[in-house]
Amino acid sequence: MSRNEERIADVSGDALSEVFEVQMGPQHPATHGVLKLNLVLDGETVLSCKPDVGYLHRGIEKLSENLTYSQSMPLTDRLDYMSAIANNTGYCLAVETLLGIEAPLRAKYLRTMICEMSRIASHLLWIATHALDIGAMTVFLYAFRERELILEMFEELCGARLTPSYPRIGGVRQDVTREFMDRLEKFIAEFPSRLEEYETLIDTNRIWLKRTKGIGIIPAEQAIGLGLTGASLRGSGVDYDIRKHRPYDAYPYVDFEVPIGISGDVYDRYRCRMEEFRQSVRIIRQCMEQLPPGPIIADDAPDLVMELKPPRKVMAGSTGPSPLKTALIRLVEDRQAYMEGDVYVSTEVPKGELGFYFVSDGRGMPYRMHIRSPSYIHIGALGVICEGELVADIIANIGSLDVVLGECDR
Amino acid sequence: MNLERRVRICLESNALSVEETAGDITVTVPAGRLVDSLMALKEHPDLKFDFLSDVIGIDNLDLFRKKKGKGKAAEEEPPEKKVKAPPPPRFEIVYLLLSLESSERLRVKIQVPENDMTVDSVTSIWRAASWPEREIYDLFGINFLGHPDLKRLLMWDGFKGHPLRKDYPLEGKGETRRLVYEQEKIR
Repeated sequence: MSRNEERIADVSGDALSEVFEVQMGPQHPATHGVLKLNLVLDGETVLSCKPDVGYLHRGIEKLSENLTYSQSMPLTDRLDYMSAIANNTGYCLAVETLLGIEAPLRAKYLRTMICEMSRIASHLLWIATHALDIGAMTVFLYAFRERELILEMFEELCGARLTPSYPRIGGVRQDVTREFMDRLEKFIAEFPSRLEEYETLIDTNRIWLKRTKGIGIIPAEQAIGLGLTGASLRGSGVDYDIRKHRPYDAYPYVDFEVPIGISGDVYDRYRCRMEEFRQSVRIIRQCMEQLPPGPIIADDAPDLVMELKPPRKVMAGSTGPSPLKTALIRLVEDRQAYMEGDVYVSTEVPKGELGFYFVSDGRGMPYRMHIRSPSYIHIGALGVICEGELVADIIANIGSLDVVLGECDR
Repeated sequence: MNLERRVRICLESNALSVEETAGDITVTVPAGRLVDSLMALKEHPDLKFDFLSDVIGIDNLDLFRKKKGKGKAAEEEPPEKKVKAPPPPRFEIVYLLLSLESSERLRVKIQVPENDMTVDSVTSIWRAASWPEREIYDLFGINFLGHPDLKRLLMWDGFKGHPLRKDYPLEGKGETRRLVYEQEKIR
């Protein structure tokens, strides 16, 4: 009998017990969006927890069946709006597989670099809100200071902060500037010391330790059975990272480690993500050092037909703006270009495994697009994880699974 | 030994067809033998597909309408050749499997005809199937036998229709959800 089952048996045997229902959310500050939990409580113990989602359902899957592949791209920004570039990249990789094209090496490096930046941005928001929920307010302010720097760099890169749509099918939109690279270099030089600041604030905080250690334990078999991915799975000691086990873009060329937890509690998942910060910095540094010259978009890449802006100043070493103009091929009604059949391409986004499943009938629009979003599976697992826990620990669990509702509801 | 051969050995006669697209393998199994097949794939020592990534529904309505049109054009040339094939089933469900040990991926597909829209739930093997199956019930209207909590998830309770079906219009059928608050009722 697990500890949670014991607790449930304990309260149900109590003569004074009184069962009551509570609806937590959808407007609750700690549910990270519009998540509603239907709770059945006995005192402080959760007897059953049923998440209710769909408040943000925009029908992205249905919409994309009526849009071309390029047109659906901005929709993927709105999935996990904390790390939009990672979604874009996953989407582009899936369409590239369908088209049978490959991005040039420079674009691959750029994408990997930007994806890791968005991983840092997403994890910063996670540590900020997770600590805030549990009662460590100060970290929130510090983490947002660094997140702002990354968002400013995104703005420098492509003009948008939250929903950049920077990658393109077959490459990226535009090359990096010297100023951007300087800023990034400065950022990764000082970021590790900032991480130590957070750890000093949190790891010596007795309230934080009491509320995370031994809370929300997910054993490895249960984590696998529930379909958890990302740091939530690795916190339970399962070594699986798509960047390592099925590398895409420039991940096979860079050296990094995959942090693994031991006990699978909230604290271990926190440690995993903190370590991922450091690995991301490592990957970004290697990408900056190895960044090869060359074109940034494949010659046979399709794109929306749009006018080109005047060429920007680009870094020494690259060959300047790629022959993008010749690459603009209208593929909306071209039945030859896209492969028929179905593809599933998964990428490791900050939240876990994000997969795009396409069924193509050869037209320039997907016949069916399905998004395998990690948050959807994680919220589905939340009910099982929270059963028998205390009400206050639900908050710790939601935070440590790192869910975002935009991605869950699609 | 390559994956296709190992899957064939494991599933034996249950593997109706094995296809390869872009390096990934899709195996079609009979709907009635779904749970057994997935269990065999999970337990087989050479495969160990122990992780269920997702369950996906597909509506083939437009796909075979188009093929029908194509077929007619082709039939006109040799008019004597008129073979009446059974209509292909309208729905398909795809199970995305992953082996954490070898990081191989496999897609298992079953076909669901429109006149028998009930499929065995695989929640007894993986709890992860619970929400994706609810989503398919919600958006396609396929029932899962043995599912612990089969209710609408993304759409609200009482919504009529299944939005991801191909005969459901993009702009909806004019459904509105009017929230009646207690105060309004009193007036």
